[in-house]
Amino acid sequence: MLQILTYPDERLERISQPVEHFDDELRNFIVDLEATMRAGPGGVGIAAPQTGRLQRIVIVDVSSKPKIRHHGRLVLINPEIITWEGHVLGREGCMSVPDYTGNVVRAERITLEARDESGALLRHELEGYEARAVQHEIDHLDGLLFLDRLVSRRNDLFRRKHYQKTADA
Amino acid sequence: MTTAPHWFMLTVVGKDRPAIVARITAALYDGGCNLGEASMTRLGGNFTVMLMVQYAGNTAALENTSAPVCESLGLKLHVDKIEGQLHRHPEADVHIRVFGADRAGIVAQVTTVLADAGLDILDLQSDVAGTEDKPIYIMQIEGRALQGVAALESAVQILDGKGIEVQLEPIDLMLG
Ligand SMILES: [Zn+2]
Repeated sequence: MLQILTYPDERLERISQPVEHFDDELRNFIVDLEATMRAGPGGVGIAAPQTGRLQRIVIVDVSSKPKIRHHGRLVLINPEIITWEGHVLGREGCMSVPDYTGNVVRAERITLEARDESGALLRHELEGYEARAVQHEIDHLDGLLFLDRLVSRRNDLFRRKHYQKTADA
Repeated sequence: MTTAPHWFMLTVVGKDRPAIVARITAALYDGGCNLGEASMTRLGGNFTVMLMVQYAGNTAALENTSAPVCESLGLKLHVDKIEGQLHRHPEADVHIRVFGADRAGIVAQVTTVLADAGLDILDLQSDVAGTEDKPIYIMQIEGRALQGVAALESAVQILDGKGIEVQLEPIDLMLG
């Protein structure tokens, strides 16, 4: 199990470097990184720099959340967001920022290119909660925390949801 | 006199004017206080401060520390010793919006039905908007659904549409 760095550790604000060698050392690290993510209660994503390894490695798995579209366990190495579409406000927290949550605007849908742990190129179309998790984790690779993107909690959180109702008397 | 630091709740209310927050917090800092969580907002032209203060003295000593600045700003001050702790935030799992023409009893009606359905309110902010002859009441609540979100959704259905709009959405916290 790896130790999670917490703010204000300056390593959380550094830019991580691309992975160049897709070897057993990398795969062993990913096993440890995933175990660390799953040990944190409720954690659905983790980025390597949160453990002090400044390389562009992210794991996301939102399959525990009911009723959403997702791709299961995603190991994303050198991820690049190719397209962004829409935007939506949602509530985020971070294992590197204990005991605080806040509202952040993210793209609603993204297209993503990344390598898997064997170096194969993957392309994914992600939306909603899963897209949010990936954007949060990729921010870690660029030295950004959700604190950098907070908007007021007074803002209304939600997309308009129209309720059918009868006309008022 | 000095004792082990303890948490107090400072309540300050008065006519809004510039630099209230800066002047109060500077006086507390100079007086040796450590500040915790706070809620400060303008309500109807008044500025209101609820502020957790950690202080190594008794209530009277903290009042003496904070009274001069409050008096100079024309603010009312109240100090209570509290059982307080930081780093204990429960997470809200529902957000509820209420809006409609303002009328007597709207808050009591809505919050009573929601409380009966298991809502534990963590944060509530409300405003009266519109105009004097056509006031609109707008409320945003965040809380925990202690009996589950479905129970609250049923409660919202009862409230919604009878001259007020009541809308509930779950908060899906993304923790990464
Ligand atoms: Zn994070």
